[in-house]
Amino acid sequence: MTDYAHPETLVSTGWVEDNLNKIASGEIALVEVDVDTKAYDEGHVPGAIGWNYATQLADTVTRDILSKAQVEKLLGEAGITPETPVILYGDNNNWFAAWGFWQLKIYGHKDVRIMNGGRKKWLEEKRTVSKDAAKRKPTSYRAKEPDASLRSFLPEVQKAVEGRKAALVDVRSPGEFSGEILSPPGLPETCQRGGHIPGARSIPWGKACNEDGTFKSVDDLRKLYESEGVTQDKPVIAYCRIGERSSHSWYVLKYLLGYKDVRNYDGSWTEWGNLVRAPVETGPAKS
Amino acid sequence: MKAEEHEKRREVLGGWEAEIVSYRIGETFYCHVNNVSPGATVARAEGSSREEAVNAAVSKARERLEATRRRKIPADEQD
Repeated sequence: MTDYAHPETLVSTGWVEDNLNKIASGEIALVEVDVDTKAYDEGHVPGAIGWNYATQLADTVTRDILSKAQVEKLLGEAGITPETPVILYGDNNNWFAAWGFWQLKIYGHKDVRIMNGGRKKWLEEKRTVSKDAAKRKPTSYRAKEPDASLRSFLPEVQKAVEGRKAALVDVRSPGEFSGEILSPPGLPETCQRGGHIPGARSIPWGKACNEDGTFKSVDDLRKLYESEGVTQDKPVIAYCRIGERSSHSWYVLKYLLGYKDVRNYDGSWTEWGNLVRAPVETGPAKS
Repeated sequence: MKAEEHEKRREVLGGWEAEIVSYRIGETFYCHVNNVSPGATVARAEGSSREEAVNAAVSKARERLEATRRRKIPADEQD
């Protein structure tokens, strides 16, 4: 892990096991965020808190990420202070753990890390799990003002399309990119049109992971993005359907490869694919 | 407790490739069915035996996957 640009943001399952006492004492906060929101209840890493991405990592009224006040409430109730190291992990190769990581970074939490391989690796390694909910002493958390440099909104993406000044990375599956399907197989369709934002490169998020859920080597990741013309010298905007898969790719680009200007467009295809008169490209990725 | 008796296999359900993962924690068996691309959980179930958990999860997943429409890709207006 030491070859990554920011290895301090990644811990192994073994490291977490070695630090279970610090998690139990409250010195470190461990948080599970899953795609399958019931997975935590099956059994989780001892001492882990469970966050529901749909209700606790999003504003449930307005379509938005958490507000500063909501972040302060969530972290305060979880017994986290601005100095507490927060380790995030989850199912499906840390898909939604990265969504949590992105939001904590937006609100300036200094020490956020991801458990490499996530829940899948922990279970497959037959490490101990617990069904007990973690109990942590609440704190009064003060978040920083949101860092606007980590997020893209629609007008900025539209400018990027017109000027081709930023690399757009579509991290959805090839079928979603081409327009063959409007949502991942088995999930509800949430947009009016299929296809992708003009000029976007298709680099599915899962290509950044090994079979065991860990991140690929820095050399493999560099090849993955550079072979599609996504390089460090220009801004990058990542998007998917609702912004969570792209937060995983955002993490890879920014913290594992060290790209300076990477933003997550969380409006993503459910915004663009529902816009009247928005330009859309269809068909498979072009080489 | 640990996750024991871990099993993973791939199968085509409702026309889509799916990954079926099952394991036991304590006395309960759990099954998750994920679409292979992009890797999202489509259905889950639990039961007192692996067969019960897998059958329930696969049944729900098949129904949801069958409902996913493959569209004829419309002409690219940009070309």
